[in-house]
Amino acid sequence: MSEALRADNIAKRFGAITALDGVSLTLRQGEILGILGDNGAGKSTLMKILTGYETPTGGRLFVSGREVALRSVDHARALGIECVYQDLALANSLSVYHNMFLNREIVYRGPIRLLNHRAMRQRAAAFLEQIGVHIPSVDVPVERLSGGQRQAIAVARAVNSDARILLLDEPLAAMGAREAGLIIDLLIRLKREGRISIAMIMHNYAQTLDIADRIVLMQHGQITYERDAAATSVEELMDIVRREYRAMRSSS
Amino acid sequence: MRSRLLSGFLRRQEASIFVVALLLIAWFESANHDFLLSSASLQNLSQYIAPVAIIACGEVMLMIGGEIDLSAGMVYAFAPFIMHFAADAGVPMFIALLIGLLAAGCIGLLNGVITLLLSVPSFVTTLGTLFLVNGLTLTISHGTPVTPTASEAFAQVFGAWGYSEILWAIFVVIVLHVVLRHTRWGLHTVASGANDTGAREAGIQVTRLKIGNFVLAAVLAGFTGTLEAFRIGSIDPLAGGNQIMFLAVAAGVIGGTPLAGGSGTIIGALIGAAVLGVLNDGFTLIGINAFTFNIILGAAILAAMLFNIHVTRLARLGDAR
Repeated sequence: MSEALRADNIAKRFGAITALDGVSLTLRQGEILGILGDNGAGKSTLMKILTGYETPTGGRLFVSGREVALRSVDHARALGIECVYQDLALANSLSVYHNMFLNREIVYRGPIRLLNHRAMRQRAAAFLEQIGVHIPSVDVPVERLSGGQRQAIAVARAVNSDARILLLDEPLAAMGAREAGLIIDLLIRLKREGRISIAMIMHNYAQTLDIADRIVLMQHGQITYERDAAATSVEELMDIVRREYRAMRSSS
Repeated sequence: MRSRLLSGFLRRQEASIFVVALLLIAWFESANHDFLLSSASLQNLSQYIAPVAIIACGEVMLMIGGEIDLSAGMVYAFAPFIMHFAADAGVPMFIALLIGLLAAGCIGLLNGVITLLLSVPSFVTTLGTLFLVNGLTLTISHGTPVTPTASEAFAQVFGAWGYSEILWAIFVVIVLHVVLRHTRWGLHTVASGANDTGAREAGIQVTRLKIGNFVLAAVLAGFTGTLEAFRIGSIDPLAGGNQIMFLAVAAGVIGGTPLAGGSGTIIGALIGAAVLGVLNDGFTLIGINAFTFNIILGAAILAAMLFNIHVTRLARLGDAR
């Protein structure tokens, strides 16, 4: 299976703090990869490097087999990498369709380039319909939507841009079971369409094993465990983390 | 159908304050029949409204992004002096006016750079430049007013003619309303006020955007000061000041732009300025004692705002049912 994204020995130091200590990771074409690990294990830093938001202090990155040095979020986006951050990057007071097209608005031709509200409204509604996200209207401000609907809009926005690699930071955080179901269905549907590869940071082991094809576990800025989801279990993951926790307690 | 039209109207942010403006006009008109229905009184009223409205447009663009410019009233006095000195040095009047606005823009740039690049809250940045620019104006003018020297036609266009200022105000309102609602600049300003980190993560150049809005606010303040200088026929180092800056911020807030950022309206700023202008003009015509004037003005601002906030809320509640 070909690779969508590969990180090779990525390091990131902030002054004296080492956030990432040689992380190597492959996201295969068309898979869902779950990234697990405690707070401070380096998951978010890794994510920020993969999206071009931070630059690594060491290591190499490959997109579709070609080495790249990501200069900015825009650069990563141009290569087909989209990210949904934990804070969702939604502007609450703006409508759903404005958020869907934030910073890639459709404008009329001409010197003044006025916004084409109608085209954005129609395209947003059609796209949400197509991927099965149901909201009352694309005209409502996103602040009036539920947490699950907002997350769905954020994911839809990322996917709407011809992304081939989708990075998600805690897509199911603080969400009830029904809401989480909405997002899980959406992700699995996107995967089945086959165009997109998804890497997501997760906290909940059971949910992760449910959605992901493969999981990696991060500890202290390193990847310490990697398996197909079918070849591991919540118990096994818990055991690893528990051993780690005991080792730390006894050494301190 | 009629009730849908009505509720659609009430749901608009600007609607409730528009009703307040109409009620106030009706009341002053009944109390003093000379309030509206003569050209002189209309001109008079428009001259209360226009300066506040133009400055308020700049403040609203900043407030939507979560920023504020307290130095606007001082830039208002500063710009016409720079214009005057340039004209004195032999520069053609129109170019001199542009140089004045450029100087105002530089103050805005300073405000923006200090706020965005050096991470000082805009309230503090512009509090600093407020005093700085005030002192600068007093120094270069030696504290004495001067008379603007321009051709009659030039002066008429830029403020001296009775309706010139209000036409400029309406022009600025229309342009900025279109900018806010129908350009990426406006949309991104709202987004940066609603979710600064999010807007940056979406790739929006928030720093450039907000610095631009600081420059815009300062240029509009300088332009207003210039219009007023031509209207009054004198460039006064003590003109404008904090009074007009606070009136402009109040106009924005009364019109439905919260100080917290993330939403706002330019049309609302015009209506807010109209409410303040009507109050100011109306009380002056009725002949209220100068001491009680501010008490009533302050109470009226509070009342208008309470009405505005709660009618909007009630309209939303009705909407949700």
